Amino acid sequence: MTTDLQPLRRSTAYWAVADAWSMVWRQLLYYVRQPTTILWQLGFPIVSVLLFVYVFGSAMDIGGGADYTAFAMPGMFAMTMAFGFMNTAYAVVLDKEKGVTDRFRSMPMAPSAVVSGRGFGDLLGAALDLLVIAAIALVIGWRSQGSLWETLYAFGLLLLLRFALIWIGIYLGLGVKNTETAGNLFAVAFPFAMISSVFTPPSMMPGWLGFLATWNPVSATATAIRELFGNPVAVGSSWPEQNAQLLAVLWPVLITAVFLPLAVRRYQRLSR
Amino acid sequence: MDNHPPVAPLDPALAVHTVGLVKRYGQVMALDGFDLSVRRGTVHGLLGPNGAGKTTAVRVLTTLTEADAGAAQIAGADLGSDRLEVRRRIGLAGQYAAVDEVLTGRQNLELFGRLFHLGRPRARTRATELLEQFALTDAADKGVGAYSGGMRRRLDLAASMILAPQVMFLDEPTTGLDPRGRAEVWEAVRALVGQGTTVLLTTQYLDEADQLADRITVIDQGRQIADGTPAELKRAVGGAQIEVTVADPAQLDAAEAACAAVSTLSPLVDRPRRRVVVPVEEQLGSLAAVAARLAEAGVAVEDVGLRRPTLDEVFLRLTGHRTDEEPELEEATR
Ligand SMILES: Nc1ncnc2c1ncn2[C@@H]1O[C@H](COP(=O)(O)OP(=O)(O)OP(=O)(O)O)[C@@H](O)[C@H]1O
Ligand SMILES: [Mg+2]
Repeated sequence: MTTDLQPLRRSTAYWAVADAWSMVWRQLLYYVRQPTTILWQLGFPIVSVLLFVYVFGSAMDIGGGADYTAFAMPGMFAMTMAFGFMNTAYAVVLDKEKGVTDRFRSMPMAPSAVVSGRGFGDLLGAALDLLVIAAIALVIGWRSQGSLWETLYAFGLLLLLRFALIWIGIYLGLGVKNTETAGNLFAVAFPFAMISSVFTPPSMMPGWLGFLATWNPVSATATAIRELFGNPVAVGSSWPEQNAQLLAVLWPVLITAVFLPLAVRRYQRLSR
Repeated sequence: MDNHPPVAPLDPALAVHTVGLVKRYGQVMALDGFDLSVRRGTVHGLLGPNGAGKTTAVRVLTTLTEADAGAAQIAGADLGSDRLEVRRRIGLAGQYAAVDEVLTGRQNLELFGRLFHLGRPRARTRATELLEQFALTDAADKGVGAYSGGMRRRLDLAASMILAPQVMFLDEPTTGLDPRGRAEVWEAVRALVGQGTTVLLTTQYLDEADQLADRITVIDQGRQIADGTPAELKRAVGGAQIEVTVADPAQLDAAEAACAAVSTLSPLVDRPRRRVVVPVEEQLGSLAAVAARLAEAGVAVEDVGLRRPTLDEVFLRLTGHRTDEEPELEEATR
């Protein structure tokens, strides 16, 4: 044996951070090894927004003579974040199915790093997603009319939504059997992203659907960033629509408070 | 497990020592008071039919699954109270290669090296070293997705040995591999033992246990039902036996009578194969006596000989079923 194999001695807190970073490093390597993955993952939001803007766009009248493209682009941003939890869930099931999770669990690493590494890695991935999708929006003709700070804050709100959904993704990913059943999660993701103000103002939907849409966390984020970008908002007079800024923060905090502990618990219970 | 005091004193000199391990899945007792003693520096085979509890035992001993009761020590570290220390002393390679398919072989080993807390520079040199050792240097910078089954399994073994563990757990390390892949894995296992690592290996293949293991524990329905060296197990089941194959099935009864006369145990008649088998104690003398009686009775013999039971037969006697059951095949010959 040529290499000294004595593990480094550092504090538990040090390893919690260092191991999480190693896990994030692994995810970053994915982007280097498979740069096209990001386009596949963004395929759905991109295609659907192109459909809405160019195919249905001419028939879309959101009132007040507002520009539909300027309305739909922030919707696409929010939708990309909303669908993001599918990526998290899928990556989590894949690791579980391939036995990689068990390998991590049998190693003397910080146990928290498997979950926290996934969380921060996916957040970084989401920032990359946003960069790509914002570039596409700029090409289509979307512009932010808000100040630099308002614009950055809006992107911050988007990442906050994605951050909250990571824990739902991990929770669901650890709960399903294999990657095949993970595909069924699309049935949850689709209405969650669509019954919202992403493409159409809730006021244009039938009563109960509109009610759901106004309370959807995705709507709160979409409306809040439209306000910050100075894009057409098209909101009604309901309380959630009038308080989108508050809800765009409150919803993610609430979701994180519920699902972060649930995800951690489910991870710990893998040993049952 | 933490709630239960050790059932009996555990011996820290053993590589693995378990006493009364219990693991319940609903109605199923996957482990039902499982005892195991593995001596340091040996290869220990854990043998049992499907669903016997082999994987469950390995998962419990590698901290992946918590036992409901019982106590265990791995390389002197207590499983109930010091899981982290256990993890520092073990390596695990499961039935499916648990490596990242997107990353390259080198990146996999570097990642695991970092997570084993070697620090980045040593994780790198260790990766290079192991790639060399497992003959993966040429494929080191290719994505694992493009690896063959044997290469993946070798990478998996390499990843499990980053810290040169004291005890290595291998759950069916060669299942699904072609003969070449199996030979490669066997070689890797022997190299491990050469470095002083204790190996606990589960397998469906008796020849594998026979080839590799110094000792074998047979497990069935979550309990240990036999333990010993391959030779001891074979002896325990009845030492030598005489086999007579007759040319004409009509003479099977005469052959049976000839065999019965030389043994205290009754012969087994295998009609489809026109064969009579009888366990004997006094070996050469019995063979001579049987030959004489067969000649006297005018039985046309195709083959007669003295044989030791295979591990397969040992297993069959102990558990009442074969390791890889092939009922259709047995039915067809009848
Ligand atoms: N996670 C689980 N949930 C429910 N039952 C389980 C679980 N894991 C194992 N079992 C059951 O426990 C018993 C022992 O299973 P185990 O996988 O340990 O057997 P094995 O000896 O490894 O079998 P094989 O040779 O098929 O790999 C089986 O009856 C199995 O169905
Ligand atoms: Mg098994």
